[in-house]
Amino acid sequence: MTAIQETHSTTDHHHGDDHHHDHPSWLAHHFDDAEQQYDSGKLGMWLFLVTEVLFFSGMFCAYALYRNRNPEVFEFCSSFLNEKLGAINTGVLLFSSLTMAWAVRAAQLRQHQLLVGMLGATLGCAAIFLGVKSVEYSHKWELGLLPGKFYVAQLEGHHGPHKGYLEMLCAVPALITFLLAAYAVYAWATKSIFHQRVAGPLLTAGICFFGGVLLGQYLEAQEEASKSHGGHHEHHAMAQGHVDHDSHEHAAASDTHTHDHGAPAVPEVSPAVAMGGSPDVYVASEEVNTPKAEVNQRSMAGLFFSIYYCMTGVHAIHILGGMLVISWLIIKAAREEFHEQYFGPVDNVGLYWHLVDFIWIYLFPLLYLIT
Amino acid sequence: MSVVDRPIASPVSPEADSYPTHHFLNHSKGFLSWALTLDHKRIGLMYLVGVMASFALGGLFALMIRIHLWNFKDGWLSNQTYNQVFTLHGAIMVFLFIIPSVPAALGNFLLPIMLGTKDVAFPRLNLSSFYLWVTGLVLFLTALSVTGLDTGWTFYTPYSIETSQGGAVLAATFGVFVLGFSSIFTGLNFIVTINTMRPPGMTWFRMPLFLWAVYATSIIQVLATPVLGITVLLLSAERLLGIGIFDPKLNGDPVTFQHFFWFYSHPAVYIMILPAMGIISELMSVHCHKGIFGYRMIAYSSIAIALFGFLVWGHHMFTSGMADVTAVVFSALTFTVSIPSAIKVFNWLGTMYQGTVSLNTPMLYALAFIFLFTIGGLTGLPLGALSTDMHFHDTYFVVAHFHYVMMGGTLVAFLGGVFHWWPKMTGRMFNDKLGMVSAIIVFIGFNMTFLPQFVLGSRGMPRRYATYLPEFQPLHQLSTIGSLTLGAGLFLALVVLLLSLVNGKKAPRNPWGGATLEWMCSSPPPHDNFSSAPTVGDPYDFSDIEYDGRVGSYVKRS
Ligand code: HEM
Ligand SMILES: [Cu+2]
Repeated sequence: MTAIQETHSTTDHHHGDDHHHDHPSWLAHHFDDAEQQYDSGKLGMWLFLVTEVLFFSGMFCAYALYRNRNPEVFEFCSSFLNEKLGAINTGVLLFSSLTMAWAVRAAQLRQHQLLVGMLGATLGCAAIFLGVKSVEYSHKWELGLLPGKFYVAQLEGHHGPHKGYLEMLCAVPALITFLLAAYAVYAWATKSIFHQRVAGPLLTAGICFFGGVLLGQYLEAQEEASKSHGGHHEHHAMAQGHVDHDSHEHAAASDTHTHDHGAPAVPEVSPAVAMGGSPDVYVASEEVNTPKAEVNQRSMAGLFFSIYYCMTGVHAIHILGGMLVISWLIIKAAREEFHEQYFGPVDNVGLYWHLVDFIWIYLFPLLYLIT
Repeated sequence: MSVVDRPIASPVSPEADSYPTHHFLNHSKGFLSWALTLDHKRIGLMYLVGVMASFALGGLFALMIRIHLWNFKDGWLSNQTYNQVFTLHGAIMVFLFIIPSVPAALGNFLLPIMLGTKDVAFPRLNLSSFYLWVTGLVLFLTALSVTGLDTGWTFYTPYSIETSQGGAVLAATFGVFVLGFSSIFTGLNFIVTINTMRPPGMTWFRMPLFLWAVYATSIIQVLATPVLGITVLLLSAERLLGIGIFDPKLNGDPVTFQHFFWFYSHPAVYIMILPAMGIISELMSVHCHKGIFGYRMIAYSSIAIALFGFLVWGHHMFTSGMADVTAVVFSALTFTVSIPSAIKVFNWLGTMYQGTVSLNTPMLYALAFIFLFTIGGLTGLPLGALSTDMHFHDTYFVVAHFHYVMMGGTLVAFLGGVFHWWPKMTGRMFNDKLGMVSAIIVFIGFNMTFLPQFVLGSRGMPRRYATYLPEFQPLHQLSTIGSLTLGAGLFLALVVLLLSLVNGKKAPRNPWGGATLEWMCSSPPPHDNFSSAPTVGDPYDFSDIEYDGRVGSYVKRS
């Protein structure tokens, strides 16, 4: 420890480069003092968060518009989303916000070990979130619940699950985790405290991703079991591959009625297949009479899934971005760069992380819960 | 009002005004010292070169259009090529030239110096803005060379979803996305710099009006551009994944696209004009040697324009279908935005009144701006009125309107600003007589090009057409001649600027008699702008600034 204490006191008092003799190294040369630097960073981050909110607001607008126009589509489709997985992810993100806030405090108090640990915990939560999300995505792709014109669930020509999506999604994380494991071995072999401090949390996060995948798979299987108990939905969904021509016509005809704003009824897209006589397991029993055939087509359910993938996808990209900057913080924290005068980066990344979390808090009820 | 000819270009001996031997241009050498620089002045200069080159490219496309329209049919371009040429002209001019022109080029150079700081708050972010701009440029050039973009700069759906030029639409929308972030980061940087880095004594109301204008612009950049970002992102998802949100075939709504697009793009027209107005406020008071008239009104009107500008986007869609009430509200709001613009015009005229006008190149451009912008602004009113817009929408009247505000306004002010601060940026004086000739040619050529288009539009000539009725031919030909004149004037302006680098006289510290801080540091400024913290005074107090013939510069009477 003493060695590290020393390094840090040198950074603290070691005066910056060339001509600015009153500037410590952590204070950029064009700022007068620590306070100005901190205030600038903070204001900059808040402005950035404003742009993020506006960026998402476009999609929230689209959600509101189409939900308002076709509420039955949203009701029908949200039952395809697994609330359990959504709830788990909400909990994971909320917890990660706690660890992030704790990290800020640790940075202020020079608790370097704790700081690395808290940042690592946040990173791990983010990885779990993405793991669970991968299970959700791949499961939907298998069912053909794809966006817009690719939506094929229960439509003509969709023949059963195409496995392997989850493996595809896991390939890159697996590679990264493998590399991190190699890095960890190197860190312990060379006995470098710095590398150990960095490699530890990063490798843990890589493993957390697969933990998330397992958790997701377990819960998804459970859901499956309870569903098939009620009515074999998997079979039901997939067995509809063949067109029953009468209901085909019927569906197409009733289709045009629902288009109240003059949009043509999907000419080149094959019309929906009626879901057959047996009650659908996705809808509660009082909704059995919902005209599902009109909903289950590209211009209806497809549009819901477009919005679903756009919103959760852009959100997931923000999680990835957050993971990158948190990793950068871990490196800085392992070098013990932060102290009560200089913790702006941790604070600002924290703000960003809370926003990403906050957006999910909206996405979860809007997409999964409201029916 | 008297016109005084001051010997601004009189020879200056280096020792007289202590021409700096060490300044930001020769602070360090080599390609990398520019490519990786964090100095806001160098970044500003790189932007200046970049936006001028984009302007030249966009201008070539414009001349191609005008030459094509010389005959009413069988022009030299195929219809398909014609569509691509006007699309690229518009897209390059809007996204690559006019939006970054004043804020990113002049603003970057001037903002910290005028404020009295060493740099912007986030120098690295500033450099990355520049590289995002370069990336956007590359993507646009890809769209240009690989396939042809032919959607118009507005990318309206469903055409942009269906056009066979899919790769080009993707490249261009991605380019717009990246350019959007470049613009957001610049705005964010400027807001933070002005809020947190003002030196002691620099209160809000001691800030030069150019900074107020840039501040208001930055607010729009930060608040409006993300919406454009998500819009073009959804549009590329539309092309890649067929998500259908804007596609009527998939139950999507193309009018929603228009709402999203104009929610950004109307405020964006104020991103273009506000900083130009800021330049004019500086030019007017410096070259009239008289304090600006109505400082606070100009400052507040900048903010008012920025805020009102968010509420009027619907006036681009009066004919796209919207509820009657909505249309009336949008129309009424549109009229309210013209009030702060008019306030500014009156204040500039008030500044000239009883001033001592130095009639030189920057001032001529400033005068041209007032004249042309007034026409442009006034013709916005018939477009904002519902009944007349039904007739004018999508005609040459709209084309003339926005060229009067964008080219007659922003471009002319930009040129005025470039001439005004050129001695500061490069340390060289340009040939003022030739500069004035360029201003006059630009003014004549501009009016010859676009006045006939008002007439054409009101007679029913639709925009974006490759052929037209024979009776429109004389006016079209007049317009084409005008555009060539205009091109010649702009070319002359460029020559004047470049010549000054070769054989221009060394510029004194304060060639025009300005009172803002940038005139207190040497020309060109040192690497860190100010060796010691400058004393901040009233930016428009000219009472103690007088011309000193011995040093060929204005000096502060002590
Ligand atoms: C003084 C206040 C202004 C008013 C009342 C006004 C009003 C309008 C209206 C109503 C339209 C839509 C016309 C139509 O398409 O039928 C329009 C178009 C346009 N205006 Fe303005 N305007 C004003 C100032 C400006 C400024 C300052 C700029 C830019 C610097 C600008 C740039 C444009 C552009 C680019 C278009 C056409 C966009 C397109 O369809 O491609 N306007 N203006
Ligand atoms: Cu507008």
